[in-house]
Amino acid sequence: MSQKKTEKLIDEKDVRSDGRKLNEMRPINIEVGLLSNADGSAYIEQGKNKILAAVYGPREIHPKHQALPDRAALRCRYHMAPFSVQERKSPAPSRREQELSKVMREALEPSIFTEYYPRTAIDLFVEVLQADGGTRCAGITAASLALADAGIPMRDLVSACAAGKVEGRLVLDLDDLEDKSDGADMPLAYMPNYNAITLLQMDGMLTSEEFDQVFNLALEGCKQINQLQKEALRKKYVAVKEEAEKEEEGEAESEEEGEE
Amino acid sequence: MSSVMASKVRQKRIAQLIASGKRLDGRGPYDYREIKLESGLIERAEGSARVRLGKSEVLVGVKIEAGEPFLDTPNEGVLTVNAELVPLASPTFEPGPPDENSIELARVVDRGIRESKAIALEDLVVEPGKKVFVVFVDVYVLNHDGNLIDTSALAALAALMNTKMFNYEVKEGEIKIKPGYKPLPIRNYPVAVTFAKFNDKLVVDPGLDEEQVMDARLTMAVEKDDKICAVQKGGDGYFTAQQILEASKTAREKAVELRKLVVKE
Repeated sequence: MSQKKTEKLIDEKDVRSDGRKLNEMRPINIEVGLLSNADGSAYIEQGKNKILAAVYGPREIHPKHQALPDRAALRCRYHMAPFSVQERKSPAPSRREQELSKVMREALEPSIFTEYYPRTAIDLFVEVLQADGGTRCAGITAASLALADAGIPMRDLVSACAAGKVEGRLVLDLDDLEDKSDGADMPLAYMPNYNAITLLQMDGMLTSEEFDQVFNLALEGCKQINQLQKEALRKKYVAVKEEAEKEEEGEAESEEEGEE
Repeated sequence: MSSVMASKVRQKRIAQLIASGKRLDGRGPYDYREIKLESGLIERAEGSARVRLGKSEVLVGVKIEAGEPFLDTPNEGVLTVNAELVPLASPTFEPGPPDENSIELARVVDRGIRESKAIALEDLVVEPGKKVFVVFVDVYVLNHDGNLIDTSALAALAALMNTKMFNYEVKEGEIKIKPGYKPLPIRNYPVAVTFAKFNDKLVVDPGLDEEQVMDARLTMAVEKDDKICAVQKGGDGYFTAQQILEASKTAREKAVELRKLVVKE
């Protein structure tokens, strides 16, 4: 378990245990549309986090009584694989996972035009394959891309990032060790074009000034994430376009061959 | 049958009033409903308190039992918060395992107490790594008329301050209870302040009918030295960045008022 408790997480030169600066995000790698069965999907690696998100729907809702007369019901399941953490986690949903499923749903709901699909379900599944702190934020970042990949009409992408306090210093994007240290952690989700905060949580203790600073730090983090999300989406569409063009060329060639 | 959902006409009226800085029950945006607090009404429990916030009513009982510490905190007692949305409290509450609303309620109350280190958990160790005391805080919602988070947080704090820890001695690894009590060691006094957002307006302490109209909810728990120790946004809507910063200021002011009801100095 916590082997390195005595080791400092931030040195005198403000360098963090993984070599990052205080306001530096972990390396992020995002891929969109990698699951063939889902209507939309995305995969994110943020530090050692590895998270898959998939969207099914809008589709018929079961059980039927959950149907909403004026909009689609967004349903979200955040789940951690048993092998995703140091000590095996029981696969049964914990209270933490149930709470996170709720706040993640509420973070994404404002971004979707659910009123376009009354009486249907939009099911969102987030599977944490490996956890390294900040999984709810990385999960939201991936889930929003999966929704976009599914072609569901959206007001904006939702970008999420945490900031907090570690050993008295304010830092961006806490990893697992930093998260477990005795500081503060503030996950935040944001729709940049609407200036809308759709998720905000915090634990730890922050003074008035610290609260404002950590909040703004997390906000800046979300804006950086938003750029990466847009790049990942663009990459997906370029790939689709290239594939389509190749197919078209192939068809044209075979037609020419036929004429000869 | 009691009407759970405010009629469309009523909902519209609530929204109109809040837009003009008023509220249906005559309160100002940053006024709480009347709060009544009683402590120690359950003799069987080590501590208890009931808070009435308007017509919302929450009873909290504290039980203390011996148990095992968490692996990562061998030198600390254990805090467990659980919330029951009892079916008699609202036609919308159903029997069965805790749903996401009761889990969220319990976890937000828990976070305020835990993060502010309200209980001196290191004083509850019998044998490090093996045997500690577990403090069970059970939140029992008896009537739902909105803002259950603030009601429950206040009742939980009052119940913890009312909690008596039995005297004991350890004989051959077994805990023997001795006559007499001392108070549970409490070091901090976190209270929760909840906001409801209606477009560009914020109000505190939303009633049930206001909760049905609000865009989103924001709770800030504030500890004794004015630090914010827990935050939770809820609901399907959103807040602007400016509203969050405004709420964090207001929460500090309201927290002082609320804390005075429980902590008499």
